[in-house]
Amino acid sequence: MRYLPLTSADRKSMLAAIGVAGMDDLYRDVPAAARRTGLVDLPAHMGELEVERRLSVMAAKNIAAGSVPSFLGAGAYRHHVPASVDALIQRGEFLTSYTPYQPEVAQGTLQYLFEFQTQVALITGMEVANASMYDGSTACAEAVMMANRATRRSRAVLAGGLHPHYRAIVETYAHYSGFTAESGVPDPAGNEDLAKRIGADTSCVVVQNPDMFGHIRDLRPLAEACRKAGALLVVVVTEVVSLGALTPPGEMGADIVVCEGQSIGNGLNFGGPYVGLFATREKYLRQMPGRLAGQTVDAEGRRGWVLTLSTREQHIRREKATSNICTNSGLCALAFTIHMSILGEAGFTGLAKLNHALAGTLADKLAAVPGVSVLNKAFFNEFTIKLPKPADLVVETLAKRRILGGIPVSRLIPGKPDLANLLLVTATETNTESDMDALVGALKEIVR
Amino acid sequence: MSEWSKAIGGFTGGKGAVETTSGNRGLQIEEPLIFEQGQDGRCGVDLPALPKSAERLGGLARKGAIGLPGLSEPQVVRHYTRLSQKNYAIDAGLYPLGSCTMKHNPRLNEKMARLPGFGDVHPLQPVSTVQGALELIDTLAHWLKIMTGMPAVAMSPAAGAHGELCGMLCIRAAHIARKQDHRRRVLVPESAHGTNPATAAVCGYTVDSIPADAEGRVDLAAFKAKLGPDVAAIMLTNPNTCGLFERDIIEIAKAIHGAGGYFYCDGANFNAIVGRVRPGDLGIDCMHINLHKTFSTPHGGGGPGAGPVVLSAALAPFAPVPWVVHGKDGYAVAEQSGAGNEAFGRLKAFHGQMGMFVRALAYMMSHGADGLRQVAEDAVLNANYLMARLKDDLTPAFPGPTMHEALFDDRFLKDTGVTTLDFAKALIDEGYHPMTMYFPLVVHGALLIEPTETESRESLDQFIEVCSALARRAKTANDAQAWFHDAPRYTPRRRLDETAAARKPVLRWKPEVPAKAAE
Repeated sequence: MRYLPLTSADRKSMLAAIGVAGMDDLYRDVPAAARRTGLVDLPAHMGELEVERRLSVMAAKNIAAGSVPSFLGAGAYRHHVPASVDALIQRGEFLTSYTPYQPEVAQGTLQYLFEFQTQVALITGMEVANASMYDGSTACAEAVMMANRATRRSRAVLAGGLHPHYRAIVETYAHYSGFTAESGVPDPAGNEDLAKRIGADTSCVVVQNPDMFGHIRDLRPLAEACRKAGALLVVVVTEVVSLGALTPPGEMGADIVVCEGQSIGNGLNFGGPYVGLFATREKYLRQMPGRLAGQTVDAEGRRGWVLTLSTREQHIRREKATSNICTNSGLCALAFTIHMSILGEAGFTGLAKLNHALAGTLADKLAAVPGVSVLNKAFFNEFTIKLPKPADLVVETLAKRRILGGIPVSRLIPGKPDLANLLLVTATETNTESDMDALVGALKEIVR
Repeated sequence: MSEWSKAIGGFTGGKGAVETTSGNRGLQIEEPLIFEQGQDGRCGVDLPALPKSAERLGGLARKGAIGLPGLSEPQVVRHYTRLSQKNYAIDAGLYPLGSCTMKHNPRLNEKMARLPGFGDVHPLQPVSTVQGALELIDTLAHWLKIMTGMPAVAMSPAAGAHGELCGMLCIRAAHIARKQDHRRRVLVPESAHGTNPATAAVCGYTVDSIPADAEGRVDLAAFKAKLGPDVAAIMLTNPNTCGLFERDIIEIAKAIHGAGGYFYCDGANFNAIVGRVRPGDLGIDCMHINLHKTFSTPHGGGGPGAGPVVLSAALAPFAPVPWVVHGKDGYAVAEQSGAGNEAFGRLKAFHGQMGMFVRALAYMMSHGADGLRQVAEDAVLNANYLMARLKDDLTPAFPGPTMHEALFDDRFLKDTGVTTLDFAKALIDEGYHPMTMYFPLVVHGALLIEPTETESRESLDQFIEVCSALARRAKTANDAQAWFHDAPRYTPRRRLDETAAARKPVLRWKPEVPAKAAE
């Protein structure tokens, strides 16, 4: 076994040093009824080549998004990640270390987390950010629970335009944690009135921007309505690249901002692992979930970093903690940090403009297809089109032609006839003009 | 801060270190924040020209600069390479962090996760285009069910604590279905990891602590005395956080079931028994598996993890969406709760930590049924060997045999003025990452050492010699207290002031605060 250094001779002499006759003696606390002598019914060990061969066969059964024209979004976006990002995160000092419990030998991790927190605060326009969450969807649920704590209220208003998976998670937490989550009706036209749903008992309003249909809205009036009612405004961003082009939520009055950070530094990975960004205002700092890296000095007075404010966390507070979260998404946060550093101000804003321009190009091309209409007036890199046929059938037909044409709204919200013909379409910097023409050409034939 | 280091701007080596002009010490290079290195006009990417297209941002285009620094690619590569060199890692040495299972991370697993067919697949592609991805999830699920002897598994939880939440919500949903939702008390041993009580609280439960007996296990009589019609479940880690197998576990399972409750087993320490014991044979109802511990997906500086939860037949119907379905045209996915199922809801967007699934399956296939059993045996052998050889110089908290980790208390440091923390910091100077300190809480000044199966005997012998020498030094040296308290001396930073960090939190860089102000 290539990963196991002990030899038979080692094992024998070590058992002798312990003073037992065999391994069974070391397992003697296991009740006799549960001791297994034989092997479980699974294949025996395999060499590297054999594992690689078998897994490659499975991988080859999938259509990799990058191998075909692909226009998928809805919370996961295909962007180009510079080669240096993956090379750096695979350095063993990052990949094979753990939570920086011993700061003297983890300054590398702590410093990049501090940089990550700063980048997240800057792009969201917020005052502070934590060292990451599992992903955007779980960060969203944590944000609602934090708002409940901060306001001592228990009714959360969820926009109908919130990603249906995010909504389902908040509803799940609400059901069992004992708070109310009132979900709005999805409005593909993007005219949802959220302010009228705010009451004196509302802890927060959760709004996604751009929303699941791609609509962008000015959140300032909603922020004002929240402020008047004493509720917090939670803004969800599932496409973090949009922050390079749009007025940041912090400037529009958000109290908590959560983002799916996958777009920067991280691949699609069939949905995970991703990285959740979580930012808020300084006054809510001690209500925040998750780990925080903070600046301090060492015994020689030199600047350094540590994990801090851990009195909020489960390992100290146990059942009174702000969250049960322990592990965060360190390596994905590192990939985010490195990619963002490579982009810098010019690269991040330039990338966002490029995405928007390409999406505009695609929207114009699609709007010209007979029977197809674009529902959005304003959007970033994702928008909704209405087809003359059910979108799921169209998408299947496109897939047979090796085009990943979009995500049917019915995949996320099934059983609603009025949504059945709607398709979510995304363009990023990875889409070429010929990709777009392939989609448009195929659609013309399919919807005719 | 000493007068001497103030005089040179607080930017150079510690006492006794070689003084350099730069503050660098050979391979230890001082590295400012990325924000302190940017220049306008630099960028690490070359983007194509913008196509002509009318702006459609609804009047919400960003105005004003974000404040991100501009750097070229070589600068960024050098920055993060230098930061990496300030980290300890398994690749560099023994990382005996108890309860974390810091084992070797095979690079084959990284390569497999990056195959375009796994790494570059969108979670909402038509299922006809992701049959191999669903097959991988289904195959891993099969391996996990066989290894644990359990009939079902929920794959989507993102980490151990998320898996605990999944399991406990299955329990709550099952009680609701049985009209037993008045059961709101959860029994948790004192030695439990903090996530257990925190999770129970998120599920709407109150936590009732069970004391440990003199041998570090659940006090069976005290546990039975706490059973009642309001008890929803017990959350028990097995092997427990003292590294001990709960001998009475089958009786505990019978008792909790007899009282109408469920048995949540925390599988953080599954590495000790994989292939030797199937948790299903112990009478548990659910158990999360930290793929980043037992099945070697890398810890990555603190995640991402993955925490699938195996479930008994009683709890399986309540598992959250999504799950893989064997349909007539191949694999499909159930994604909607309430649509003809009893799923308690959803815990995560999409399908779970696919990248971790690929790595874990590659690891499991590499070991096979025979190798996984050997993993557990070698992990247990290494821990017992370490305990046997350290039992005279350090003080074991409980008599052996232990499982995959060896727990010591701080009696061996009594009257030396040296603390567990000091001992840990001295180990750093010797080139080791310290063991877990001050956990579990049931032991005074705990030192929890988990060597894992991927350490060689030579590596263990060296570590043992260092620990013994340090223990003897603590007991015999005249200057022991001062010497230990001064450690570590050879790290990029000496001991850091955590109190100051918490008192006045500085959690981000700000342009108006120059680095100097950190003093």
